[in-house]
Amino acid sequence: MLAKRIIPCLDVTDGRVVKGVNFVDLIDAGDPVECAIAYNLQQADELVFLDITASSDNRNTMVDVVRRTAEKCFIPLTVGGGIRSVENMREMLLAGADKVGVNTSAVTNPSLVDAGAKAFGSQCIVVAIDAKREGPGKWGVYTHGGRKPVGLDAVEWAKEVWRRGAGEILLTSMDSDGTQAGYDIELTAAVSSAIGIPVIASGGAGNLDHMVDVLDAGKADAVLAASIFHFKKHTIAEAKQHFAERGVPVRPYV
Amino acid sequence: MKTGIIDYGGGNLRSVANALRSLGQDPVIIASPEQVGDVTHLLLPGQGEFGDTMRRLEERGLASFLKNWIGEDRPYFGICVGYQILFDNSEEAPEVCGLGVLPGTVRRFHDEPGLKIPHMGWNSAAGTRGDTRVWQGLGADPYFYYIHSYFPEPAAPDDIVARTTYGTQTFAGAVERGNLFACQFHPEKSQETGLRLIRNFLGI
Repeated sequence: MLAKRIIPCLDVTDGRVVKGVNFVDLIDAGDPVECAIAYNLQQADELVFLDITASSDNRNTMVDVVRRTAEKCFIPLTVGGGIRSVENMREMLLAGADKVGVNTSAVTNPSLVDAGAKAFGSQCIVVAIDAKREGPGKWGVYTHGGRKPVGLDAVEWAKEVWRRGAGEILLTSMDSDGTQAGYDIELTAAVSSAIGIPVIASGGAGNLDHMVDVLDAGKADAVLAASIFHFKKHTIAEAKQHFAERGVPVRPYV
Repeated sequence: MKTGIIDYGGGNLRSVANALRSLGQDPVIIASPEQVGDVTHLLLPGQGEFGDTMRRLEERGLASFLKNWIGEDRPYFGICVGYQILFDNSEEAPEVCGLGVLPGTVRRFHDEPGLKIPHMGWNSAAGTRGDTRVWQGLGADPYFYYIHSYFPEPAAPDDIVARTTYGTQTFAGAVERGNLFACQFHPEKSQETGLRLIRNFLGI
């Protein structure tokens, strides 16, 4: 049976992890490659690197981080942040990323999704959507960290990028993000039910039951989380055990 | 023993090269039959379209080369599209012939309510023939990483070494015949279990 995936996300700027990662067993908790190796050992199902400054100078640093990570970690790796062209995508994929994430650049230039899918296959293209509740059962798409509304309905936008060839949606609830009060289950279920590609739920994980809820009631295919794992509140193995106890299919820890 | 990775100009070879290097190999990248040299074990990784992959292999003279290689039962490891092209044809590109070294066809998942396509993520592969040379020491239901919308349907059931189920659909997750092994999942992205499989192959 297909397992639900657990995906730690590392925010990176200038080649360093930001927001902090507090693994006691790391020599340098700011080095994204070391953090990635630690999660690989914990048997995370995938990894996401998010380049949060994403200037063009920074991209070369990121390419190097991706290359060094891919030499050590044999799990799928997604890289997002600052990817604005097919050429940017190619750079990351050639360095060893398995998928690339686009967010603002897809909103400003939706044909980038088509072009990426055509050049590398849909399975490589993850569209990240930042959504904010605007009314009952209605969410708008935002960019710039949730500050700028772009006038799109989140469910409709997800359908459009699916049609354009996206292989997966990384869906962040701006209302829940950072609250540790749980994912937005209603939003996740609305998007997941509307499209035929997997949805990664993001934003709001405070405990393991939050993850189970969004995978179950929220119909998500994967959960993304940062601080809950970075600060060792829980390990990946604990999460998997908890999921299994609650009947969520997981890849067993081996 | 020396490993080679077939480069048909379409896929990203780095992941498989990284996996082989972690196992102490120094793989040769092979874009034409002349580059094979003294390579003993060939791997063909792939993420790509069936028709496009076959066309590129033919342009480089690699299609007939591979047919001979496999016909002589030399070690071959096919991944994803490198698995699919072994068969006669595919629903993905009905006008294109595969290598036809294994009988069968490649089909697309049929739609099911709530079933996401592509099949993406970690899924188990149930061994059907116990421990073969390549499929040894993996346990009863090892998990591997999959990402695909099409899968082979071998006409010779004896070739099948593992079965995978997605939704209500069960397909041949891997085949093994003589020194040929091929799988729909990505061992190079499947951590220790995947590396173990590749190591087993290098031992044949």
